[in-house]
Amino acid sequence: MTRTVIIDPVTRIEGHAKITLHLDGAGHLTDTRFHVVEYRGFEKFCEGRPFTEMAGITARICGICPVSHLLAAAKTGDKLLAISIPPAADKLRRLLNLAQLTQSHALSFFHLSSPDFLLGWESDPAKRNVFGLMAADPDLARAGIRLRQFGQQILELLGGRKIHSAWAVPGGVRTPLSQEAKDWILERLPEARATVTLALELYKKLLDGPLQREQRVFGDFPSLFMGLVTPQGLWEHIDGGIRFRDANGAIVADQLSEDDYADFLGEAVEPWSYLKFPYYKPLGYPDGLYRVGPLARLNVCDSVGTPWADRELAELRQRSGQPATSSFAYHHARLVEIVACLEAIEILVADPELMHGRIRLRASLNRNEAVGVSEAPRGTLFHHYKVDDDGLLTSVNLIIATGQNNLAMNRTVHQIAQEYIPDPVPAGAEIPEAMLNRVEAGIRCFDPCLSCSTHAAGQMPLRLQLLAADGTVLAERLRG
Amino acid sequence: MSVVTLSVNGQDVAVPAGASLLEATRAAEANVPTLCHLEGLTPVSACRLCLVEVEGSGKLLPACSTAAAEGMVVHTHTPQLREVRRMTVELIFAEGNHVCAVCVANTHCELQDMAVTVGMDHSRFPYQYPQRSVDASHPQFTLDHNRCILCTRCVRVCDEIEGAHVWDIGSRGGQCHIVAGLDEPWGQVQACTSCGKCVDVCPTGALFRNSDTTAEKQPNTTLPALLRTAREQRRWHNQ
Repeated sequence: MTRTVIIDPVTRIEGHAKITLHLDGAGHLTDTRFHVVEYRGFEKFCEGRPFTEMAGITARICGICPVSHLLAAAKTGDKLLAISIPPAADKLRRLLNLAQLTQSHALSFFHLSSPDFLLGWESDPAKRNVFGLMAADPDLARAGIRLRQFGQQILELLGGRKIHSAWAVPGGVRTPLSQEAKDWILERLPEARATVTLALELYKKLLDGPLQREQRVFGDFPSLFMGLVTPQGLWEHIDGGIRFRDANGAIVADQLSEDDYADFLGEAVEPWSYLKFPYYKPLGYPDGLYRVGPLARLNVCDSVGTPWADRELAELRQRSGQPATSSFAYHHARLVEIVACLEAIEILVADPELMHGRIRLRASLNRNEAVGVSEAPRGTLFHHYKVDDDGLLTSVNLIIATGQNNLAMNRTVHQIAQEYIPDPVPAGAEIPEAMLNRVEAGIRCFDPCLSCSTHAAGQMPLRLQLLAADGTVLAERLRG
Repeated sequence: MSVVTLSVNGQDVAVPAGASLLEATRAAEANVPTLCHLEGLTPVSACRLCLVEVEGSGKLLPACSTAAAEGMVVHTHTPQLREVRRMTVELIFAEGNHVCAVCVANTHCELQDMAVTVGMDHSRFPYQYPQRSVDASHPQFTLDHNRCILCTRCVRVCDEIEGAHVWDIGSRGGQCHIVAGLDEPWGQVQACTSCGKCVDVCPTGALFRNSDTTAEKQPNTTLPALLRTAREQRRWHNQ
């Protein structure tokens, strides 16, 4: 008799999802699926709206990474106007994205993932969260929260609010950076640097010790990696070209334009998930599996281009390979990217061009179709708009970073389930919570952002069911 | 100048003969809410928010278009009026597609402010989610029917102040909507002078400049009164 083990919902991620483990009649694991069970519909209901609204509308997709959509929409808008934004506007947008990457990575590491590492996979699920971390190590928790605040505060200093700002617009940005805001950033930078130093030290110790097995079995498989790089091949987060690198380190494609994404990216759909499955077209589906996000960005670039981040990148590559193929290395990559962001922020705020000159150009519609790209904390984000001659949208396609990691997330949870779930699972046996937590943690490596925060608020219960082939519930456990 | 005296919320006020009840309530500092009313434009009683109780009258009367009369006893903030005003605002919200979060007029919207004024925290009426269009054919401005509350300020300012009469109301009942010219795309209406007064006086985000994005619209609702006064007083040298 076949059985299905369901982890629903997956906790400590942004959005709503479940995992099912499929067992055959003998109790052997046959398949593992990561289901995204929510539907947003932005691509459809934006049709008919003026393209100038897209930055404001799409920023509402998510409360964690609204900046990513804001920037992708604004950049797509720039291209519809057929203008190049002023240098100051470009730098201000870059500063916004760096702050966004910093705050989102800090959230992922300290609030969502570190409770697993620091409190233990087997620790009480009711305390295995940021509040448990506060109780166990208040100084570390406070430092992590303040690091996130540093990023969030820069977002507010630029855009007037921490979330859902509509500050970036087609043609540039709305308001300049004030001298007071610049002074605040400079004042808080040393503390942010100290926090990420502390986190890196702590994490590396864990990698050398209790996390060795996780590093080996949490989604370690060959795949392509995709991300933006500068024309010189350095780490990039908002402009530049798209690069694919394979698991052997070879550059498969380089300096691809986002305009041509449909030539190299395909999107498959499966009946059991609302999340599409993008793949690298030349290799087909599902062989064209590729990963995006912090690890992919660090894998595709030759180097970051700033000294501290490059030292940390060299160590990441030494520990996890070049390219690093374990999905568990996403956690390490996030910390390295925070370093890269802090260095880039420091360089930007010292740049006199940031504070002077035009910040917004105004123009009429000059094109009917455009594709914009930005690197969201979770990976490369594409916005593709088609508009009529009045600038009203006739078609919207959003390729979200989390979707591009969909195949890899499925592969990762399957690998973890194979490692930790007993084979075969005895009939009627309960699967220990700590094992299921590791399966969930495989998803958390990717820090997926499945929606805005609507469904993720509060403590979500976890439901585990053992189902007979006919759907009968044989056993059930509830958590939360 | 003859005057009429009347009672507003128990306070005796004197206003010039021919003044409206709205002017009388303002003389009494009664703060009666309005949405469609705008100084300098002819009142039309479209929004029904300025309804007041007049003793001896069997129905609620719109203060903006009812003349103040000698000896009237007027009440502006009774429980019934509060309920009617809140219900009116709820119906306006339920009738259109008002999404404040991404609207150009967010934080500068008279409808949004009115919801706060009347204490509307939600609509008790089901939202209708009508299918409405956006007219972005004008090179400078856009009309979003989703956000239109049919106050007709645009119709009146274009007719009475600009003198172009681009706007009218088309259809009937729930299908009523603003039309440009002979129900043409706005950008094709030759009568439009592109002056932008309709955009300036629109109380919501229904009319906006193309370059406005979320919360960027800056209305200018004092313009009609200034222009009318200047015209009546012949302040321009060539008159």
